[in-house]
Amino acid sequence: MILLIQYTLIFSAVLILVALGGMFSERSGIINLGLEGIMVFGAMAGAMVMVLLPETASNATIVILTLLAAAIAGMLSSLLIGVACIYFKADQTLIGTAVNMLATAAATVIVKAFNTSRSKGTDFSAKLDYVRGHDAFMFNVGSLQLSWFIVVAAALLVAAIVFFYKTKFALRLRACGEHPQAADSVGINVYVMRYSGVLLSGFLAGLGGIIYIAAANSTWHFDYGVAGAGFLALAVMIFGQWKPERIAWSAVLFAVFRSLSNVYMGIDFLHALKIPGTVYNMFPYIVSLIVLAFTSQKSRAPKAEGIPYDKGSR
Amino acid sequence: MKENTSFFKKPAVQTILASILCAVLGIVLGYIILLCMNPAHATEGMVAILKNFFKFSGKPQQLMYYLGSTLVKAVPVILCSEAILFAYKAGLFNIGAAGQYTVGILASLYTSLALGWNWFFCLLAAVCAGALWGAICGFFKAFCNVNEVIAGIMLNWISLYICNIVLGNETCMNTTKSETYDIAAKNPSGILPGFLQGVFGNNQYMTIAVPITVIVAVVILVILSKTTFGYELKATGHNKDAAKYAGMNAKRNIILTLVISGAISGLAASLYYLTSIEHYKIASSVPGMGFSGIAVAFLGGLHPIGAIVAGLFVEYITLGGQYLNTNYFNPQVADLMIAIIIYLCGFVLFFKTIINKPKKVQKSNAEADKNASAKKEVQR
Repeated sequence: MILLIQYTLIFSAVLILVALGGMFSERSGIINLGLEGIMVFGAMAGAMVMVLLPETASNATIVILTLLAAAIAGMLSSLLIGVACIYFKADQTLIGTAVNMLATAAATVIVKAFNTSRSKGTDFSAKLDYVRGHDAFMFNVGSLQLSWFIVVAAALLVAAIVFFYKTKFALRLRACGEHPQAADSVGINVYVMRYSGVLLSGFLAGLGGIIYIAAANSTWHFDYGVAGAGFLALAVMIFGQWKPERIAWSAVLFAVFRSLSNVYMGIDFLHALKIPGTVYNMFPYIVSLIVLAFTSQKSRAPKAEGIPYDKGSR
Repeated sequence: MKENTSFFKKPAVQTILASILCAVLGIVLGYIILLCMNPAHATEGMVAILKNFFKFSGKPQQLMYYLGSTLVKAVPVILCSEAILFAYKAGLFNIGAAGQYTVGILASLYTSLALGWNWFFCLLAAVCAGALWGAICGFFKAFCNVNEVIAGIMLNWISLYICNIVLGNETCMNTTKSETYDIAAKNPSGILPGFLQGVFGNNQYMTIAVPITVIVAVVILVILSKTTFGYELKATGHNKDAAKYAGMNAKRNIILTLVISGAISGLAASLYYLTSIEHYKIASSVPGMGFSGIAVAFLGGLHPIGAIVAGLFVEYITLGGQYLNTNYFNPQVADLMIAIIIYLCGFVLFFKTIINKPKKVQKSNAEADKNASAKKEVQR
């Protein structure tokens, strides 16, 4: 049971951060289908920092530098979407898909090249080991093993709720997702708002990426990307109706189902059912599909999302 | 490109030019990546990718054999792109093509290996399975208002896990090699009939899949441009509300579009796997064919015939990755190039604006370069 709680906390942290990222981007009017790809870039940058830092580095240094690297990589890769969709008015769905493909291919190539050059041509795998870095994030509360990632995610969630409801900036950002022309007419720079939305989503998704690979594992194969976590976060976001506090609750719900696939062996009555593990892997996807079917009817996405801002149109 | 004659004003020419520009820019960026990885051997690597099977040009038999293999391997990606562009014309982004392709693999291999059916019925089973998977997605979209992209992605993962469960048992899977049995050995009647195998250097994988692909492309072209149904689909895609006002049944059209799109994806899977050129292995991520299909569809300018050309090009580059010297590079560089080309496809609209405004060419080109170099920085 403790294991279930641990995994649920980890996956909720990932889903909350990435879904919040998606929310900020969509609230500003840009559909961010590339969350998955941004997560991969963030994860790769964070993992590389953990691998490259010397053995002697203190835990605090590792934690801060890793998170920083992931967030910066996330923001840089989100610019791939931002520049294409805001400046060049490209098709947002296509660009998102392209970024996802680009991220997995680029991560594989970069990590392989990195391994090859580091091992002097004996290691061609796309795998990174970061046991030392993984351990630096861990601390215990009683018998519950927690990681700093969860603390960071909780803090960011609170910050996001306050930011989203209480600041002038967020109100302007939301206006750009609903009616950019109206926002422009009262002197808000729509492009700046949309860039900030996309950058915020890159920041959060990059962090989500490193948490996803480093909180429960100490090695990761980069040819798998992040196995659909970004898309799951999109479902969480829609289920959460583009509102931060509801996103948090729905993320926890999804995380419970997601962690079942990792821990069902340890829970006696589930183990006794003799259902193959693959079925549990399917669970979060089936649940999200059904949940979406019941909630999408009255779901209200930001009105102007997906439409490139054209100053001249009415 | 800079002389703006009336020839360049034609929309078709502009689409082709924009696509070629995407491809060339993608190759150039790919070359830069090779340069970053290993400057000494970059040119050699790029030549290997581009020269591809033509390095056998001295031996016509072998050349035709590898040409045949490229054609066979291009079949699924072309058909997937046909599926995606068909749905796209009706305003639906069928990212679920990957899942429909996966259930296609499941149906064709299960009926062939476990049930021992004839190839025709295996093909039919795969088409039905893909259509069913498309119908589920369409149902969610039409009646529950679920975004088809999200529903498609969820269905992709569900299909992958079902496929792993069903094909993972011992009737289909050679557990020592952890891949499905060879159809030719287990069920010879399940192999697709050959097609001009003699011409292609006795390539046993050269089957009727290749002509079927061309026929499907032509049929889609005819449906979209010559029939009432195709007109309704395009009208729904342009403006859903106007189409509804004009008396078209939007919900029926959504479901029907995804059913047809799913059926084509299922067909793609069966036409590939029933040649026995590749065996299914238990995978931890959804087969990338559906996603490459998106690339091909956009690179082909969303035109059924353009998709054939684009599909051959993409497959040519992907296979070219295998000719790279693995001491210096890894074959995934080719995948990276393809991903860059798709990303650039997003800029097609922008490229067309450049072509239309000759005075701004210099300035805009500079901007494109700036953007490209910004992208490079992120990758490194």
